[in-house]
Amino acid sequence: MDNITKMIVINSSKVLPSDVVIKLYESNADVMIKETCFGVMVSGERSVVDKLLSETRKIDPYGIFIKERGFAPGEPNRCRATRRGGARPGFHMLETEEKLLPQIAQGLRALDKGEIPPRKMKKKKLELEKLMEIIKNAEVS
Amino acid sequence: MKVFIYPTNSLILFDLVERFGHEPLAVMQEISKRVNTPGLDSPPMNITPEDPKIGLKYAAVEVPSGVRGRMALNGPLISKAEAAIIVRDPVVSFGCMGCARTNELVNFLIRAKKIPILDLDYPSNEEEAKEFVYKISQFLKSLGQEEKK
Repeated sequence: MDNITKMIVINSSKVLPSDVVIKLYESNADVMIKETCFGVMVSGERSVVDKLLSETRKIDPYGIFIKERGFAPGEPNRCRATRRGGARPGFHMLETEEKLLPQIAQGLRALDKGEIPPRKMKKKKLELEKLMEIIKNAEVS
Repeated sequence: MKVFIYPTNSLILFDLVERFGHEPLAVMQEISKRVNTPGLDSPPMNITPEDPKIGLKYAAVEVPSGVRGRMALNGPLISKAEAAIIVRDPVVSFGCMGCARTNELVNFLIRAKKIPILDLDYPSNEEEAKEFVYKISQFLKSLGQEEKK
């Protein structure tokens, strides 16, 4: 049996971690659920967790982000409670990427609307003649 | 298709690859294999003295054992990869990701593998984010078409 843990990171104005937890309990699936400040962690058999979370994503497709986690919830070697506090390893990555989530959500909305972002003009390098001209103009006569 | 992501523990990339119907290859899967096997010799990540030896497959013996130990995690993912999404110079290259030489080696190995690669930068505003998501979706769609062929 292949057991995995997945974490749901919620960045939504409509959904709270507690709402997601209630939905997960309602499903009656054979999984372990832990509510956290950033979302929810779900641990169980791979097929069950994958199916459950793909359904959960539908609650708010632009506000729910999911990734796998190496450690099970409450793992004593990883848990801050047994490691005397401090940032959990992996926290900094999560913190940095969480700031980008509202923008990524906008990107996903735009994609679903069929918007095609305009191609960016590549910045040209400064031509030598122009540089020479700038230097010439800057020289004190 | 199995898509390698870099940064290897990225939430955004993992989510987008899975959302668009492919299998992301992330370092968490390798860690999970290590910590969920019975008998934890070296907590928290169970990187034992055996791992730098496994890393010898990817880096020479004079390379620091830290690089080789990290390669024991990243190497199997690279060998499984059928495509890759790489974010250039991620700001968060610290913590478990913090070894610059490992990051260079990972980037080199993935490029040397000659598989489809998408190079991106993390978005800093909404317009860039739209482009970021659009490029990833188009890249993953094209992989799906390649697979059908």
